[in-house]
Amino acid sequence: MAKLNLKSIKKSTRDQFITIAMVIVVYIIVQILVATGSMSSLMQGLLVPMCTYSIVAIGLNLCVGYLGELSIGHAGFMCVGAFSSAFVTKLLEGTITNGIVLFLIALCAGVLMAALFGFLIGIPVLRLRGDYLAIVTLAFGEIIKNVINVLYIAKDTDGFHFAISNGNAIKLSDEGMWLINGAKGIVKIPHLSSFTAGVILILIALLIVYNLVNSRSGRAIMAIRDNRIAAESVGINITKFKLMAFTISAAIAGAGGVLYAHNLSTVTATPANFGYNMSIMILVFVVLGGMGSFRGSIIAAVLLTLLPEVLRGLADYRMLIYSIVLIAMMLFNWAPKCIEWRQKLGVKFRRNAKKEAV
Amino acid sequence: MKKALSVVVTAAMMTTLMAGCGDSNGDAQSAPAADGAAAGTESAAASDAGAASDAGAADGTTFKIGGIGPTTGDAAIYGTAVMNAAQIAVDEINAAGGINGYQVEFKFEDDQSDAEKSVNAYNSLKDWGMQMLMGTVTTTPCVAVADMTAADGMFQLTPSASSTDVIVNDNVFQACFTDPNQGTASAQYIAENGLATKVAVIYDSSSVYSSGIEATFVEEAANQGIEIVAEEAFTADSKTDFSTQLQKAQSAGAELVFLPIYYTEASIILTQADGMGYEPTFFGVDGMDGILGVENFNTELAEGVMLLTPFAADADDEATQAFVSKYQELYGDVPNQFAADAYDAIYIIKAAAEQAGVTPDMSAADLGAALSGAMTSISVDGLTGEGMTWQATGEVSKAPKAVVIKDGAYAAM
Repeated sequence: MAKLNLKSIKKSTRDQFITIAMVIVVYIIVQILVATGSMSSLMQGLLVPMCTYSIVAIGLNLCVGYLGELSIGHAGFMCVGAFSSAFVTKLLEGTITNGIVLFLIALCAGVLMAALFGFLIGIPVLRLRGDYLAIVTLAFGEIIKNVINVLYIAKDTDGFHFAISNGNAIKLSDEGMWLINGAKGIVKIPHLSSFTAGVILILIALLIVYNLVNSRSGRAIMAIRDNRIAAESVGINITKFKLMAFTISAAIAGAGGVLYAHNLSTVTATPANFGYNMSIMILVFVVLGGMGSFRGSIIAAVLLTLLPEVLRGLADYRMLIYSIVLIAMMLFNWAPKCIEWRQKLGVKFRRNAKKEAV
Repeated sequence: MKKALSVVVTAAMMTTLMAGCGDSNGDAQSAPAADGAAAGTESAAASDAGAASDAGAADGTTFKIGGIGPTTGDAAIYGTAVMNAAQIAVDEINAAGGINGYQVEFKFEDDQSDAEKSVNAYNSLKDWGMQMLMGTVTTTPCVAVADMTAADGMFQLTPSASSTDVIVNDNVFQACFTDPNQGTASAQYIAENGLATKVAVIYDSSSVYSSGIEATFVEEAANQGIEIVAEEAFTADSKTDFSTQLQKAQSAGAELVFLPIYYTEASIILTQADGMGYEPTFFGVDGMDGILGVENFNTELAEGVMLLTPFAADADDEATQAFVSKYQELYGDVPNQFAADAYDAIYIIKAAAEQAGVTPDMSAADLGAALSGAMTSISVDGLTGEGMTWQATGEVSKAPKAVVIKDGAYAAM
């Protein structure tokens, strides 16, 4: 047993190193391409969204892959992160002029709010066994979207104005400013996100999750996933560790939301960006990339964000091809026959590699 | 190793897919196919592929107009209409000798009515060499894209994004009414013609368009002495059953129900109101246009429905008829108001370009400055209005038209 553990730690350290090196290498390559002007506007525009979805996928992977609980409301945490950070940015825009400081404050606000919501949801739900977390997070994602759509907050010389469902109740003076305007969401958010910020956030998220899963707490979390009764019998506080993993997972998703909100000048809670479909999309990144593999999550998020955009040349067929590729990838990764076939190939591959090495 | 293999194969799949996109620098593809390093370089190859090094450079012989709108997803009907109608206008202009003697190229990109995808579409059009943007079709993406065009100085004319948030920048103009305009005009129209004193409103609180019109309608109604007896909202997630909202309107004694919503939901409301035997006057705005084309909808129920729209497909003027018959011939449907707005938008760009005397060899930013300057001094007669003019704010001024549905067709009031 001890031997096995030792082996897995070694492998995980290597794994960790490769993932972080991969992110840094990609970052350097991209920076060189941008500097030499050989990168198209489309690709440059996609850099931040790719970071955003990678971060959220890392967050969800912690929940699905290590905690073993299914969450289908991570877009909801993204939404919380996006709106609370954009709200703070709008509020402080006039007083803090340094973009980096402003972004850091907004980041803290977004992450903390997402963590708070994750914590609050986790308290009752994570005490239960079974698929309750999936059900509750699904509901949470829908609720938060609808709540934001009826929330009106404005600020003028008289102070703050709040209204729910009836924005007409707020009469603003001329220099007044809408902070959240119901379905219109938040507009005129300064562009504070950048690829560099995104990569730094990915690296921070990776450091956090790798350190967590390789720590004592991480082993406790995985023990709960593998055998709850056994974990309980050795004195692991189930609720505490579950809550810890889920809150961190939500907080990381919140960070993705912060990046999302500050990349576009407007953020609205629509089914397309923070709805059920987006939650499923993030789950697809995690499942395709391999549950428990953070590197896989990043690669899947990047590829699947890129795919529909680079297929633009195919006009209306692109969504069709995109879904076929999804199905093909899913089969390739998970179908028993495919796994068998890949194992055969894998053996060959490894032998070849050895030969080459010799 | 399994994982590594899957990564390599997926990456290979991506590369083959993108081989068709051309312009790949090739150097990144000679990466060693080993473990994570392969994954890293492959995704770099992915970002690298499709890179057009001379982004945005025009070849100087044609004007390149880009369009953005949803051609897939929930709002696809609007984006498709805009795409088709704009293409008709571009073909007509090219057949008649182009703009200032130069031919026009038009390319339309899908954004699924999502802000992030819209920005991607914009960037992709920039790579194509777009000089002027006719878009976007829907409001929220338009706000995001307007921010990008402002940074690039690109001229932008939206056919149908009606929020005032869209036109805060100097380079963005609208071909359609703003939401506040529609709400105010509707309230004034109802009051001036004495249509009703007790009015109920059913609107989509999750839609920027609908809630925007609703807010100004309610505000103006108070000034006009109209009593709002019920203000009922629904959201995009619950738009199949409106019996609660209708019952509230009925029990509040509303004589007129104002529906600042799109026609799909409006057709359900009309059917359900008929089912409960509630027969108020229904009053809609431009989103209601198209209600007669809804499948499985009994158009008799729409008899007497009034709507404020700049365009009616069966208007008898020559321009409208020519456009409608051409659209039907090419695409098989009756064009809606979005199509008319887009058709006009292309001609508005033409008018502005001719006024400014621009040539295609100018950069997008120079063109943007010249066209924005010219917009305030042109007057365009189009399908959606006679003598349309623009203020520097980007807002169009044209007279709203109210039509009523009579014998299964729109009739002017």
